[in-house]
Formats: sequence, C-alpha cells, structure tokens
Amino acid sequence: MTSILFFEQLLNGIQFGTMLFLMSAGLTLIFGVMGLINLAHGSFYMIGAFSAALIASLTGSFWLALLASLSGAAIAGVLIEIFIIRRLYRRDHLDQVLATFALILLLSEGVRWCFGAFPLYLDIPENLNGTLPILDDIIYSKYRLFIIFMGLLIAAGLYILITKTRLGVRIRAGQNDRQMISALGIDISKLYTIVFALGASLAGLAGAMIGAIQSVEVGMGEPILILAFVVIVIGGIGSIKGALIGSILVGVTDTIGRIFLPEFLKVFMEPASATSVGSSIGSMLIYILMALILIIKPSGLFGKT
Amino acid sequence: MIIEKVFNKWILLFLFTIPVFGFVFEEPYYITLTTKVVILGIAGIGLNLALGYCGLISFGHAAFFGLGGYVTGILSFHALNSELMFSWPFVSSGSSDMLVIWPIVILSSAFLALIIGLLSLRTTGVYFIMITLAFAQMLYFFAISWPNYGGEDGLSIYMRNSLPIINTMDPLTFYFICLFWLLVVIFISAKLINSSFGMAFQAIKQNEERVKSVGIETFKVKLLVFVISGTITGLAGSLYTDLNRFISPSVLNWQMSGEIMIFVILGGIARLYGPIVGAAFFIVIEQTLGGYTENWQFWLGLILILEILYVRTGILSLFEKKFKYEK
Repeated sequence: MTSILFFEQLLNGIQFGTMLFLMSAGLTLIFGVMGLINLAHGSFYMIGAFSAALIASLTGSFWLALLASLSGAAIAGVLIEIFIIRRLYRRDHLDQVLATFALILLLSEGVRWCFGAFPLYLDIPENLNGTLPILDDIIYSKYRLFIIFMGLLIAAGLYILITKTRLGVRIRAGQNDRQMISALGIDISKLYTIVFALGASLAGLAGAMIGAIQSVEVGMGEPILILAFVVIVIGGIGSIKGALIGSILVGVTDTIGRIFLPEFLKVFMEPASATSVGSSIGSMLIYILMALILIIKPSGLFGKT
Repeated sequence: MIIEKVFNKWILLFLFTIPVFGFVFEEPYYITLTTKVVILGIAGIGLNLALGYCGLISFGHAAFFGLGGYVTGILSFHALNSELMFSWPFVSSGSSDMLVIWPIVILSSAFLALIIGLLSLRTTGVYFIMITLAFAQMLYFFAISWPNYGGEDGLSIYMRNSLPIINTMDPLTFYFICLFWLLVVIFISAKLINSSFGMAFQAIKQNEERVKSVGIETFKVKLLVFVISGTITGLAGSLYTDLNRFISPSVLNWQMSGEIMIFVILGGIARLYGPIVGAAFFIVIEQTLGGYTENWQFWLGLILILEILYVRTGILSLFEKKFKYEK
C-alpha cells in the first residue's frame, strides 16, 4: 500500500514540478537575457488563469481557454514590457525588485477590480476527466498526466527553440553579451519584448492548467512565484537546464516531504506531535534543501560563477 | 544636506506633537496611527542600515520583524495563561514584563540574523535577494503550520505587556515608549554610520573589492551590519505585537518584507530619517485612499512605480535644495 501511495505522490510531485518549470523557465530566461528580477511573474500566472476562465465561461471550450491563457498573458507581457519593464533593465536590482513589487499590487488589484473578489472555476474537459491505470494496481488522474505531458512537451519545445532556431541563437548571445549583440545590429529591444512575452505566456499557461485543479483567484500567483525563485536559485540563475532539474527536485521534495515526514516521525514520536512537527518541517523542507545547495554551490547547480 | 537636517528636526517635532494633539482632542485613533508610523519607522531604520548604507538588499526582513513579534507574543501568552513554557534547562512560564521581553527579543533576533547572515552572505546580487526572501518564507510556513500558537489564525494576548510604575495600556504612554526606542535606534544608527566601522560598511556598498584590498574582512563587516539591522527590525516587531495585542503569520509574509523595503525607498535610501517619512507616507496613503476605495493598493502600486521610474531618490529629496553639478 505504501509503495502505491509513494508512487502516486511521486507523480504528483513531478506534475507540480513541471508546472514550476513553466514558471521558472520564464523567470530564468528573463533574468539571463535582460538581467531583470521580475517579481511580477506570478501576476502573469494569474492573468493566464483569469483569461482562461473568462474564455471558458464564454465558449465552454477548455482548449480555447488554454489558448486564451497563452495569448492573454503574452499580450499583458508585451504591454507591461513596453510601458514599464523596459525602463528598468539599466537600473539596479533594488529598483527592479520594488517596481515589480509595485506591479504586483497594481495587477492584483486591477484583476480584482475586473473580476471581483470571488474565486472562479475552470472545468477539466470531459475526455481528461477520470483516471487511467498505469501499472498493475496504480491508477492516476488523466488530467495530471496531461499536465506532466504538456510540461515535458514545452521543455522539449524550449530546448529546440534555444538550440536550433535563429531566435534561440540570439537569446543565447544575449545571455552572454548584451552589448555585443546590439552592436551586431540586432534589434535588442524587440528581442527583449519577445523574451518577456514568451516568459509571460508560459507562466499564463501554467496558471490556467493549475487553475483547473485549484481555483482561479487573485493572489494565486505569489506562492508559486516564491517557489519558482527557490527553483532558479537551486538550478542556477539563467540556466534553463537548471530550472528543469530544480523544478522537479523542488516539486518532488515538497510533495513527498509533506506526506511522508509526519509518517516517518511517527516511528520516533507520539502520533499527534509527529503530525504537527512533521507538517511544520515538511513545509520548510525545500528551503532547507536550497540552503544546503547554496552552502555547497553558492551560485546554484548550473549557475555561472 | 543642511536642508535635510532642518527637515529632520521638523520630523521630530511632528512626532512629539501629533499624538499630544490626538490626546487633547480625544482622538486616540491618531495616537495609534502615529505609534504605528514610529514602529514601522524603526523596522525601516533597521533595514536601511543593511540595504541603504551597506548595499545588502535583504528581501527577508519580515523574518526578524515576525520573530520579534512572535517571541513577544509567546512569552506573554504563557505568562498570562500561567502555563509552563518549557521546563528544561530551567523552568520558565514566560513573562509579560517588557524589561524581560526586550532583551530576549534582541538576543533572539540577533541570533536569527547571525544564522541567516552566515548562510546568505555567501552569495551576492540576485541570489542574496532571493535567499533572504526564502528564509523569511520558511519561517512564514513554519508559523502557519505550527499549531501550538494559533497557526494560521494568529495569537492574541489580552493585556499589553507591562513596565514597572508606568501604565502601558494608556495609548499616549505606549506611544512615548515607542518613540523612546525610535530615538535610541536613531542615535545608535547615527553613531554607527559615522564610526570607522560605518565608513567600512558604506565603502562596501560602493566597491567591496577595494575595501578588501585595504585589508578589511568584508564578510565580517557585512555580517555585523546584517545582525544589527535584523536586531533593530526584531525590536520593532516586538513593539508591533504589543501595539496590536495580536500576532499572526501575516507579519512574516514576504509582503511585509516588501513593505519595510517600501518605507526605506519612499523616504529616500540611506537617509537616517527616511524610513520614518516613508512609513508615515505609507500609513497616510493607506488611511486616506483606503477610505475612498477598496482598491487602494492599486493606487499605491501606481505611486510606487512612478516614484521608482521618475523621482528615484525618495520623498525627502523633494524637499531638499538641489545643488547643481556640471555633468
């Protein structure tokens, strides 16, 4: 029984990790190419979820809703990049942190204004409802498998984009030397807008997909944003490979830790206090993991030193 | 700079008179608001030492603010319920005496700052911002999931902690206790900034390599600044719990870290009195806009963005005579 539970939770962890990857890939790209810390990245997650919920309630189609989450977040990304973010690239980190913190206030309240304070719900499509037998005894939610599949698909897509296309060459060149690439006659501000919108749309897609499991509400983006920060710190800021490995690591540690740490502690302690201590430490586990990794490698697993 | 000094005197004058007016015209609400400004100002002054003067962009000062608050809350919770807090290595049932609570708060926040500093000062730049943020979040989640002290609902203490002779329940008296701490903190900070140690940590902000090359161990200097900074913010957290007679995990949340940062930036970075002005501005905005619209944070965000994009040097600079230098 425990092994089935373990396997199920492992899959849950991987599913959570793939969504974290969608968030952290954008964050790490934006930092790598433009040198910008974007606290407002969680807001695109929220905007994606709300665009999806809006379109789903108008058309009833989940797939159109996913498309809306991508484009809604991308449009918001382009507008915000052009009007605000663009002015921050040359500023120091402190200004960036504060301006994007202010953006969170602005966007969260803006969305609350438009959609009200009550959470919205997004339905899982008919053919992804229910469960699927994977191995002998193990059944698992189809929709969560779909999320894992989408996450891996996008990871592969990003890999091809970065390594095989012209845009990818420019992005990598931008990460290495910003001045040089603009000196070579590449329209750097267009490139920045594209990268920002790409990151925003990935976050938006993650928001819509998670929004279908949980609820779509204001402030949904911030908890996952902090986790995405932990991911990119673990993986090394600027590294997409680091973001992927860090995401899975954080997703699995968090999920498994919360479930199994209380169980594990029951071996040594009385059950009631094992549950409370276990769940408290379980919720801190990923931060402890991050601290440990930073002690060994201060610039993350795949970071440039 | 001369203008700033005059302005600082005005700030002090305001701090001494506003609550007295509140008292005379029987508007205790204004005393509470000004107390809040003073306490948040202390928290900001703490952060300003690390962030403004030494360039350590800590996005996790809520950890110290919250720790100070929780230590105060827990100590007096046990004292008021006369429940044993722990029986090893010595028996303790908490305390509701501020003279006992303050030293414990100071020691525990200094200790926490030492641990967080030791780990996070190994990193620089964005990593430092994010790792301080993550440590604060770690405490936040711990406070939420630890059921003994209210968990997510927070912890109420029914009586404000006491001092000998003085009646702390009186709003005006409590205000002057907070103001006393503000003056102490300002005095200490001013002494520090002008000391040789202060020169060292301000030089680190400008160029750490050069400071290293003259033989100063910059890691130790930064660690010490971080510890002092965290301790001051922790003390503010203790006063904040006493003001509200309530503590909840929300003071450990990252928005709190952001708000303390906003006090520093709005007032003007690396200005001794800046955080007080920033905190006052924040509270005024909250009170006035919050009266008109539920979405006051939208306007706060807008003001902040405009300030960062266009003003850049904080409110105090608007009052300061600009000296023109040729470019």
